Amino acid sequence: MKLEDQRTTVYKVDPNHPETESLPTLRTEELLLNMGPQHPSTHGVLKVILALEGERIVKSTPGLGFLHRGVEKLAEGGTYHQFIPHTDRLDYVCAMYNNFAYCRAVEKLMDITLPDRAEYLRTLVAEVQRIIGHLFWLGTQALDIGAMTVFFYTFRDREILLDWFDELCGARLTTSWYRIGGVERDFTPSLTEKVQKFLDYFPPKIEEYVVFLEKNRIWLARTRGVAVISAEDALSFGLSGPTLRGSGVDYDLRKYEPYSAYPKCEFSVPVGKNGDTYDRYWIRIEEMRESVKIVQQCLNQMEPGPIMADVPSVTLPPKDRVFTNLESMIQQFKLFSQGFDAPAGEIYCGTEAHKGELGFYIVSTGGGRPYRLKIRAPSFIHMGAFDFMSKGYMIADAVTIFGTYDIVMGECDR
Amino acid sequence: MHPIAEKIQSRFPEGFVGANEWRGDLAITVKREALHDVCSYIRKDPDLDCDYMVHVSSVDWPDDEERFEVVYEVYSIRKRHRIRIKTRVPEHDCLVDSMTDLWMGADFMEREVFDMMGIRFNRHPDLRRILMPDDYTEGYPLRKDFPVQGKGWRDTFDFLNDPT
Repeated sequence: MKLEDQRTTVYKVDPNHPETESLPTLRTEELLLNMGPQHPSTHGVLKVILALEGERIVKSTPGLGFLHRGVEKLAEGGTYHQFIPHTDRLDYVCAMYNNFAYCRAVEKLMDITLPDRAEYLRTLVAEVQRIIGHLFWLGTQALDIGAMTVFFYTFRDREILLDWFDELCGARLTTSWYRIGGVERDFTPSLTEKVQKFLDYFPPKIEEYVVFLEKNRIWLARTRGVAVISAEDALSFGLSGPTLRGSGVDYDLRKYEPYSAYPKCEFSVPVGKNGDTYDRYWIRIEEMRESVKIVQQCLNQMEPGPIMADVPSVTLPPKDRVFTNLESMIQQFKLFSQGFDAPAGEIYCGTEAHKGELGFYIVSTGGGRPYRLKIRAPSFIHMGAFDFMSKGYMIADAVTIFGTYDIVMGECDR
Repeated sequence: MHPIAEKIQSRFPEGFVGANEWRGDLAITVKREALHDVCSYIRKDPDLDCDYMVHVSSVDWPDDEERFEVVYEVYSIRKRHRIRIKTRVPEHDCLVDSMTDLWMGADFMEREVFDMMGIRFNRHPDLRRILMPDDYTEGYPLRKDFPVQGKGWRDTFDFLNDPT
């Protein structure tokens, strides 16, 4: 039976069938089921009201906002530098990428170009963060669907990278390592060594996860043909990242609008065919392999040099000078409390985070604070397609569909 | 002027207000009445072909006569260009045509604009609050005259003042 037929006809009684009249009349009614906000598989606090016919979803209404903290309003009250730690709390699983996207947007506003080493460091760490994000996704998605073992394996490897982050910037999750115009500190030799060690260790581990899942009948049955969306619909909904690429569109900002050190690295963008959860899983696995390649290339190509752009009116002075030199200390203090003088204008800058296109739309009227800062959060926009993508599937598939977006409510509700 | 802006100006001489290119971003301002026609044109015209909805946003300019600005940003996957369409609406009549018939993603994004800025969308299928509670009555949080700490609703929660 074709998938479309399965979704629409399984529970329908054919009125023209000769035996239909002899069937006893059953009382049927639509059932409303409130799923969440406290539900382990909703990845935070997400409520969905499901209208059910039997076990099939007829309509679903997402109720968002349980984690709304008014980040966009807070941004209007602080300087550009002060907002960086707020971006950590958007997608708290992958803070580095949020910092990256925000700093890029402000750099576009201020028209700053970065030194090569800073670009390489940023790309390297962003790709490490992408691996962390995909590992987290793989573990939790498999756990939600019923394959528990993978979770332990992916979290074991994620832990290595989080410890590496800890050594890099002193925090495992809320990192705030990126700065406007560069990065906060350089790698130490021990960090470089650890990253190299991880690159040698990690690729065989990917095969391990694949072995767990690729031949697992439950995993295949619950991902193949679930949450299918065509390329045209996906674009119309504004889906991005693996969710869009699963449908066969190769839209990846790293290739479409190359930034940072990506143009200097060789990598490919995996694209799916069927637009189902399985294809998105495959894409994320492939992306981890590509990320390993990018990290390796960055590590090889990186030359010693400055890690911060030399624009004293915008970028922070080096940390060692802040504690020893009065002028630097004053400059640091003024940049944080008063901010720098941004030109009046508006920009939008999108960055390919591991969930999709994370964009910042900044309106400036001059002065040290953004007049308006809008965050284009992929999780929020993906939730817009939830009703469309869940129609006709079973209740249990709702969990798969949250997972297929890789949803994080901190980013969705902002 | 940017060729896309010229194209839109020649097609909609009445509705076109201005175009601006800054830091590589193209922003086109149109009149509210022409907004839906312009968007429909850039969605369907084979040379513009903007099939990807990037974001819908809004800006509050309290000193201006037409106080609110609604911003649609769209992208063309095939032609690889980004266009920002903007329009202004006055406070006493903040109503814009909805783009949900052109881009399905506009549904949630316009609901967010309604929730945060109080701009209503004509022919939107389900215009309700999305991030704030359904029974929220303090107004629209991203307006410039809304204080960051809220307007006092929060202080009425019993559990906040409960010493236990």
